[in-house]
Amino acid sequence: MVANPLTKNIDMSRPPLDIAAYEANDGYQSVHAIAKGLSPEDVLELVKGSGLKGRGGAGFPTGLKWSFVPRGDNSPKQKYLVVNADEMEPGTFKDRLLMEGDPHLMLEGMIIAAYTIQASKAYIFLRGEYTVSDQALRKAIKEAYEKGYIGKNILGTGFDLDIIMHTSAGRYICGEETALLNALEGKRANPRAKPPFPQVSGLWGKPTIVNNVETICNLPGILTYGNDWYHGLTKGNDHGTKLFGVSGKVKTPGCWELPLGLPIRELLEGYAGGMQDGLELKGFLPGGGSTDFMLPEHLDITLDYDEIAKVGSRLATGTMIVLDDKTCPVGMVGNLMKFFAHESCGFCTPCRDGLPWVDQIFRDFENGEGSEKDLQILHDHVTYLGPGRTFCALAPGATAPLGSGLKYFKEDFEKHITQKRCSYKH
Amino acid sequence: MAKIVIDGVEHEVNPGNNLLQECLSLGLDLPYFCWHPSMGSVGACRQCAVIQYRDADDKEGMLVMACMTPATDGAIISIEDEGAKSFRSDVVESLMISHPHDCPVCEEGGECHLQDMTQMSGHNYRRYDKKKRTHHNQYLGPFINHEMNRCITCYRCVRFYGDYAGGTDLSAQASHHHVYFGRHEEGVLESEFSGNLVEVCPTGVFTDKAFSENYSRKWDLQTAPSVCVGCSVGCNTSPGERYGSLRRIVNRYNSEVNGYFLCDRGRFGFDFVNNRDRLLEPVQRIDNTGELLADDQVKALIKEFKAEGTIGIGSPRASNESNFALRVMVGEENFYAGYSDVEHESMQVILDLASDTAFHTPSVREIEAADAVLILGEDVTNVAPRIALALRQSVRNKAKDLADESRIPQWQDAAVRELAQHERSPLSILSPAISRLDDVASDRIIESLSAVVSMGHQIAEKISASAPNAAASTEHSQLIEKIAMQLKAAKRPLIIAGNSNGSDMIKAAANIARALRDDSDKSAIDLCLLVPEVNSVGMALMAGAENRLGAALEKLQSGEAKRVIVLENDLYRRAAKAAVDAALTKAEKVLVLDQLPTATTANADVILPATAFSEHEATYINYEGRAQLSFQVHQCQKQAQPSWRWICDAEHVDDLVERCCNEALGFERLREVLPGENPFVAGMKVPRQSHRYSGRTAMIANINVHEPKQMEDKDSVMSFSMEGIPAQKDASVLASSWAPKWNSNQSISKFQDEVNGELKQGHVGCLLIERKDSSGSYFEAAEELIEPSAKQLRVVFSYQIFGSDELSARSKPIQARMTDAYIGLSPVDAKKRGLNQGDVATISPLGSPAVICIRTGIKAGTALLYCGDRNISPADFSGLIEVEKSAIQTTSRGIGSLIVSDFHEEEISS
Repeated sequence: MVANPLTKNIDMSRPPLDIAAYEANDGYQSVHAIAKGLSPEDVLELVKGSGLKGRGGAGFPTGLKWSFVPRGDNSPKQKYLVVNADEMEPGTFKDRLLMEGDPHLMLEGMIIAAYTIQASKAYIFLRGEYTVSDQALRKAIKEAYEKGYIGKNILGTGFDLDIIMHTSAGRYICGEETALLNALEGKRANPRAKPPFPQVSGLWGKPTIVNNVETICNLPGILTYGNDWYHGLTKGNDHGTKLFGVSGKVKTPGCWELPLGLPIRELLEGYAGGMQDGLELKGFLPGGGSTDFMLPEHLDITLDYDEIAKVGSRLATGTMIVLDDKTCPVGMVGNLMKFFAHESCGFCTPCRDGLPWVDQIFRDFENGEGSEKDLQILHDHVTYLGPGRTFCALAPGATAPLGSGLKYFKEDFEKHITQKRCSYKH
Repeated sequence: MAKIVIDGVEHEVNPGNNLLQECLSLGLDLPYFCWHPSMGSVGACRQCAVIQYRDADDKEGMLVMACMTPATDGAIISIEDEGAKSFRSDVVESLMISHPHDCPVCEEGGECHLQDMTQMSGHNYRRYDKKKRTHHNQYLGPFINHEMNRCITCYRCVRFYGDYAGGTDLSAQASHHHVYFGRHEEGVLESEFSGNLVEVCPTGVFTDKAFSENYSRKWDLQTAPSVCVGCSVGCNTSPGERYGSLRRIVNRYNSEVNGYFLCDRGRFGFDFVNNRDRLLEPVQRIDNTGELLADDQVKALIKEFKAEGTIGIGSPRASNESNFALRVMVGEENFYAGYSDVEHESMQVILDLASDTAFHTPSVREIEAADAVLILGEDVTNVAPRIALALRQSVRNKAKDLADESRIPQWQDAAVRELAQHERSPLSILSPAISRLDDVASDRIIESLSAVVSMGHQIAEKISASAPNAAASTEHSQLIEKIAMQLKAAKRPLIIAGNSNGSDMIKAAANIARALRDDSDKSAIDLCLLVPEVNSVGMALMAGAENRLGAALEKLQSGEAKRVIVLENDLYRRAAKAAVDAALTKAEKVLVLDQLPTATTANADVILPATAFSEHEATYINYEGRAQLSFQVHQCQKQAQPSWRWICDAEHVDDLVERCCNEALGFERLREVLPGENPFVAGMKVPRQSHRYSGRTAMIANINVHEPKQMEDKDSVMSFSMEGIPAQKDASVLASSWAPKWNSNQSISKFQDEVNGELKQGHVGCLLIERKDSSGSYFEAAEELIEPSAKQLRVVFSYQIFGSDELSARSKPIQARMTDAYIGLSPVDAKKRGLNQGDVATISPLGSPAVICIRTGIKAGTALLYCGDRNISPADFSGLIEVEKSAIQTTSRGIGSLIVSDFHEEEISS
């Protein structure tokens, strides 16, 4: 049986499989299964049973999310599926691998998802810089139309689906699903208030599901090989495989599909080859820029949503950023703050005006102008920008590396103040 | 009702609202910025944070935004919780990071919501010691200043300007702390409601440009409750005066009429009061020289005019009292209407319909509740702008229904808009030209006037078989059917027409409304008939049906009448020039009472200066028959008096109102608008000046170092003083809202019985016209008008918010937005005559010049005639005209600043 359903077709040394080759390797089997009589309810039950959790960062159960879409004759006729391919989380490059490496897998997943919620239109909201993905997906979409997997009356099911490619004009906030919807509608990419959730009132006010690329790519395997197979993939509490990435000064940075539940050490020291010579691990962000720092002492924790949450961080996108002992942690956090401050949409007060202040303080630290007062203000902002206080999750995300950085690298911050310089610089 | 606990105290609240609104309704102080009582919640500023507890055992609670949290039964919240307080203080600290702290030189200072909320939130000391972000400011036209550095990014401006008022040229730009609210490039703000930005903005980003040229602090302005005299809606205003000049106008809340918003004509059109040309002394003209009249001379003159052979011409822009006083003086049979005969005829129809039980005239608030609207032939935006703003809200009733279905609270403003997208309640517009409301119209038909009338009758026939048969047109039959069905299906349909172009349109509109009544079990149908001026209805009630202006002019010309008193009126705007010339030349003596020189005063023998709206107490009757009292704000510096005081013996306004109630048919209830039995709290009058009024002892120190005695006001329950009991006790005399800790206009919630409710103890005016006639019947369908010949065009009168109103057109800020008189033509008609946009053309028969304005959204064969502020009299051009290029191609203003309707052109032509 297949052990790496997400990447089984991926070989970056050659172009992605065309539709014939993709079909030859069990591709589009799920669409044929649907054509043979699998109802939307059947698919929904399957996906619910799989235990698949969203791979975009929040880890919300996918089947449950889908089940909130109004069904039946009284529900709005038009529904939408939107694939969130606006991969902009710092340190994250997993969706890119999937789209560049095996675009048909995502399209097949989109057909499954759209069929389940009965959406006749599906959008791919793609990060503008992902031009290779854009080309690969456009080619794949064309092939799928030609083969009748998308378009009118797919394989005689009576189900219609159009897939529309939309390349983003930029901004990190477009990764927030409601801001993404606003951007897709041509409006300012400000997040929307929830409730109402997009499942009820989403794109153009109609029921909409927004799923991450990797989540979507899990679907063909579940339908083709079944839940028993899917449940057998994991080594931990959560089901399926996941793409894990490592960046930073390790020997072999990269992205790998691994079962959930492996110890972090195996990823870092095994797949990523450990730290580069002469460097030691000082800490790492386990799932992108908006997760809390973890320390070397956490290496034996397994890559599971719940296990990582226990030590106060999040698995999130599963793409790790590694901090070594020769890189200034204050500089690293400051770099992230600069990013988050710049990417704030400017809608709610704490994020809009709080993050730039935080950013400015880090710049001062970098220049040896940091003060105890500034340090206190940073601490204050960890609470001030925290969950429940801002309009969306951007600022709380930024407080993750900020709060944990202040906690774990307290001495480094203080040194910047007392020495009036960054001691990591020569 | 739901019960919630706030800081340990149980309160009854409306579960349909959010916690912030309910806290404010309860009179609690909870700071906020982005929420607005009529625009709902978006959750941007995070200022109204409170702690909400799951249940009585929950001691931790969770921070929530009160504006985004429903006031559900059993909710337990705390405003006073330390965590909530400290968060609110942090939010203000954030907002103030780049704020320039320029309160001493900021025009918002002293009435700044940001100042109030900063104080209330307890942020004192600045910790931010980095560089502030700064912005460039834009030129936004003659009305509004722009100072972006003060912005706290609450998004209220763009929500009002775009979402609420339909403007397209103000937007939020850039992101993070660089968010910028402005136009894509410098230029005049297009919306005719732009002035509301001044009040919607919680700080000094958008300030009143006209005011800043002649600035005074809020607390130094003498104010009183007033009524706008710009059109027939009768919006309530607070004009402010200092050192004898009227400085500005701000909105005064009236739940039934204007709510929180004014139009730009109303806000910026007051400056005629300060006009240097004001008539300020009684003058007699002898051989082309003016001779000042002494008191006894005036008395003798008035006596002379009281003799047999004097007729009076009233005015739709003068108060009930002045019209009534003139009527008393000359006798009812000699009191003539002061508007054109065409308007007189249509006004009679409107008055008949006003007492018909089949109809109801909706207030502005009720117009917002309409769920299907048909506008027949009227350009609402330019005739009654505030109603156009209400219609923009009415089309959102569909969105509210959709929200109810999806269980999204209506106050979730952004969510409701997202849900509904372009789904709107039906609004159909049938008229000869494009209009500013077209962008929210479900259907719009551009047809000739007579075709529109005919379609109106067809719609009536489609609705009810009882309506008279109408000649069926095939061209729009499907649309006619659709509109009829939409109106029939509506819970609260509304038909709008007006007297801009005669009475045929009104009759067609009435037939539709009557058909709707006959077809349903509804007791009365909303029928809104617009009239142009502040007291059109009041004067119409006063003047007899036979006493049209034309008859008065004939009487003068024939010598049957020897003398004429013209009340606050320029007859040259009302009747053909030849007829007025003939009448005034023939009359032995012409006495004109007015505020400013006009073509009529130029032909007067005696001119008596009349006070302007802010200089006297008066009542006016709006389009719905609502009588409202407007207080005197300040004294006229020279010898002007209320017109009635020149010509009758009454001592006080109250006496005149009392007499009017007793003697004038239809005015029986007028006394109800006067302040109650005992308005004097503790024997003191209500002060017009705030308790912080400054400089009183030094105000005239350049003339006299002794503090002058405060002027007495015998007419009013208000005094020209800062002493007395302020309006907190009685909102009926609420000039300018203020409450402890609430210095800005947001303090209005302290005077409302609940947010968006009526003012406590205040009143919304009094509907004078009783509906008791149940014998009304359908009008017969109008006869088709003669088709114009190839050279001819049929005139349709067009109005401009900036220019059509006689008095506001003499205000400087309004003049900056005015255009020349123009002729609107379809491209076909323009091409046929070799005319281009901006050409000067002459209109025959008289040869008056007008600028050519070509629009695709004008029906071919129709000439849209805007008469400008004074150069063309509509009475000279009715029916058919010819237009040709003029030999002289110079214009004074041109039509370059014409914005209204322009931006919809593309949509319509495509």
